[in-house]
Amino acid sequence: MSNNLGSMPLRYRVTIDREQCMECERCIENCSYGVFRRDGDRILINSRKCTACHRCLAYCPRDAIMLEEQPCDYRSHPVWTRATREAIYNQARTGKIILAGMGSVADLPIIFDRLMLDACQVTTPPTDPLREPVELRTYLGKKPSKLDLRRNSKGDVELATELTPNLMVETPIMLGHMSYGAISLNAQISMARAAKETGTYMGTGEGGLHAGLYPYQDRMIVQVASGRFGVNIDYLERGAAIEIKLGQGAKPGIGGHLTGEKVSKDVSRTRMIPQGSDAISPAPHHDIYGIEDLSQLVRSIKEATEWKKPVFAKIAAVNNTAENVAAVARSSVDAVVIDGFRGGTGAAPRVFRDHVGIPIEVAVASADRELRKQGLRNEVSLIACGSIRESADVVKAIALGADAVYIGTAALAAMGCRVCGNCYQGLCPWGIATQRPDLVERLDPDVASKQVANLIHAWTLEITELMGAAGINSIESLRGNRDRLRGYMLDEGLLDVLDVKPVGA
Amino acid sequence: MCGIFGVMDKRRQMMDGSGIRQALSIMNERGSGEGAGYAAYGIYPDYRDCYALHVFLDNACESKKVVDATLEQWGAIEHDEAIPTYDQPNLRAPCTPWRYFFRPDPSLAPGSATPEKDVITNLVMQINRASNGAEVFSSGKNVGVFKAGGGGAWPEAVADYYRIEDYEGYIWLAHNRYAASNPELWERPDPFNLHDWSVVENGKITTYGTNRRYVESFGYTCSNFTDSEVITYLIDLLVRRHGLDINLAIRALAPPYWEDIDQMPKTEQDLNRALRFAYGSATMNGPFTIVAANPDMMVGFTDRGKLRPMVVGECGDCLYISSEEAAIRAMEPNVESIMMPAAGEPVIGRVAP
Repeated sequence: MSNNLGSMPLRYRVTIDREQCMECERCIENCSYGVFRRDGDRILINSRKCTACHRCLAYCPRDAIMLEEQPCDYRSHPVWTRATREAIYNQARTGKIILAGMGSVADLPIIFDRLMLDACQVTTPPTDPLREPVELRTYLGKKPSKLDLRRNSKGDVELATELTPNLMVETPIMLGHMSYGAISLNAQISMARAAKETGTYMGTGEGGLHAGLYPYQDRMIVQVASGRFGVNIDYLERGAAIEIKLGQGAKPGIGGHLTGEKVSKDVSRTRMIPQGSDAISPAPHHDIYGIEDLSQLVRSIKEATEWKKPVFAKIAAVNNTAENVAAVARSSVDAVVIDGFRGGTGAAPRVFRDHVGIPIEVAVASADRELRKQGLRNEVSLIACGSIRESADVVKAIALGADAVYIGTAALAAMGCRVCGNCYQGLCPWGIATQRPDLVERLDPDVASKQVANLIHAWTLEITELMGAAGINSIESLRGNRDRLRGYMLDEGLLDVLDVKPVGA
Repeated sequence: MCGIFGVMDKRRQMMDGSGIRQALSIMNERGSGEGAGYAAYGIYPDYRDCYALHVFLDNACESKKVVDATLEQWGAIEHDEAIPTYDQPNLRAPCTPWRYFFRPDPSLAPGSATPEKDVITNLVMQINRASNGAEVFSSGKNVGVFKAGGGGAWPEAVADYYRIEDYEGYIWLAHNRYAASNPELWERPDPFNLHDWSVVENGKITTYGTNRRYVESFGYTCSNFTDSEVITYLIDLLVRRHGLDINLAIRALAPPYWEDIDQMPKTEQDLNRALRFAYGSATMNGPFTIVAANPDMMVGFTDRGKLRPMVVGECGDCLYISSEEAAIRAMEPNVESIMMPAAGEPVIGRVAP
């Protein structure tokens, strides 16, 4: 025995109602973590392996399985919580950094939930979206601050300003960057089809572009991250836009991390890395040590793609986000993506995920304000991401200053993900965060793409209704319109940063 | 609600204020008797080269000193006096309306194409954003706004308080206020004015926050918190500083829907898309009808859905824009044509050069 800690209390306890169970063994088939096995005439349960992914519950035809979280109590203590104690036992045993999947689990107040939306009553009428147009169409990219107009020989006014390429989305919801490797090809194909169907775009993540996605390439935003995985001229040319990933909300200050378990043969070919090796991206881009270097990289990428595609830059939300965004707005970048500290991830050190960064609500609000203050707002679009959970979050993010949002976890959940947070293990029984062929096969793109498209469609309808109720019929009139928000139980300092009034004011 | 009215004589023939008083009062059903105002172009021929600053002074002694000092810092006062007023039984004046005829020093705005107007803009913002008991409520050449708020401020009472029939102008705008907030404030009713431009609005824009943040990024300060204030600044920004023709400025403020733009011929499509790209934050939403004027024109436009009324009349050299046809007929019983423009279709009347 290399330690004296013994086993930890069970995290989950799985039970089978033997009266209900018909021993069909679907639980055994479905659980990739090996919780269930048959021994003679009984199905045995090893609860220790359970991740609460709910796959067995979802596919049990008799509702015979039940799951309980934390069935064993620790002595309650407000400081030495279960999580802190278990982290210590874990690190005492391993001496390593703890890896975690999905977004932050820190129990901090969610600002979105303390922002209330406005609606029209008497002095202004609500717009009825069933009978009147409400425009959600959004163009992402640089916009002129002023127009250069000339009169032609006939005396008509003509535009002399040349517009730079913009990405047109029919709804302000895009599918965020989740790489092939972190998620399966079927998951990516499902989202790509949904993006095409709903008139939006999806990010490739930093894992390159698999040939299976070529049919949807005009809906893909290809990512260039510090590891440069999968990047070549062909890759850049295929995308509708190119995104340089400088940071990620779940782990600001460090690079991407794909565990070797998930680097299958196909992933290795697409990423251009050896099979089975951990893919750990450098913390910085080693050709960007300052803002002027970013400018050069952006222009190189634009030059390589003949200035036909918008280039985005993604940063994590940190203390000086506003300053970072203002600096990026002065480069040739067309849109800045800000990823809040609650952003998802396939794998991140727990200490980063739960402790580094700032909320997206604050980051977007201060970035928008700073850009307007410096007269740079038209130089870049702002895309908010990191914990956009529902349509109201989208509306609030836009009212705080975003042009559009990326969703990640919400799209995965639409495909079945139960947010169990074990993505880094590569055993996702839903066929999403795994590369094991038998598991990937479980995710049928025909079905899953419809579910993702349904989600985007449903949110779009809700956004239309919320805007109509607020008497706003085009999305640019919502953007930065903080007067249509009110803070409920937010402190004065935070209200000041958000530039939002308290409820009742 | 609110009722608005505008009249312009294309050949600069002068009209005294009695006609518009009549027109505005016929729409008293649209107001709440807590605010009304008038703006007139051409009323100060003797000081035509000076900027006429109309100021509400809370205190004719201390507040005035602040204004005097500010004006002396930015130029020279040619003449100043109390605006003549005549007590009305139900109107209580909490302030003294004063006027200055002022010559700004253009050397204080180096590098500007319109230095005098930049100086006026700056000094108006400087006075109005401070709590100094002074509020400049009109600041143009040969133009003046006359307005009042509080209980009893029906259009007739306000007109009689200033005796607007004693003034002669070739463009008149008027506003009959239905108050919803701060009914007691005299600076709240329209017209709102900044040098050339005066604005009256019937409406309540839902984009105030976006629009205000947009104009404030160009150095304007909104201190009156009314729609007409932000609209005036938007028009000044787009027309004077960005050089847009008035029809394009209106297009930027109330643009066509994307689906209509998609159907346009290529060059028109490019222009309209570029306008929405550049001026997305200037776009106004919610119900509004706006009548705006400068010394050379009067324009009327509505929101894209036309949620508030706008009626246009013509008679001889006169163009009328009003919330109600009855008001046009009250001023000109023999009006020759009456039109109701479609949603988003602006009306632009220009004074003959």
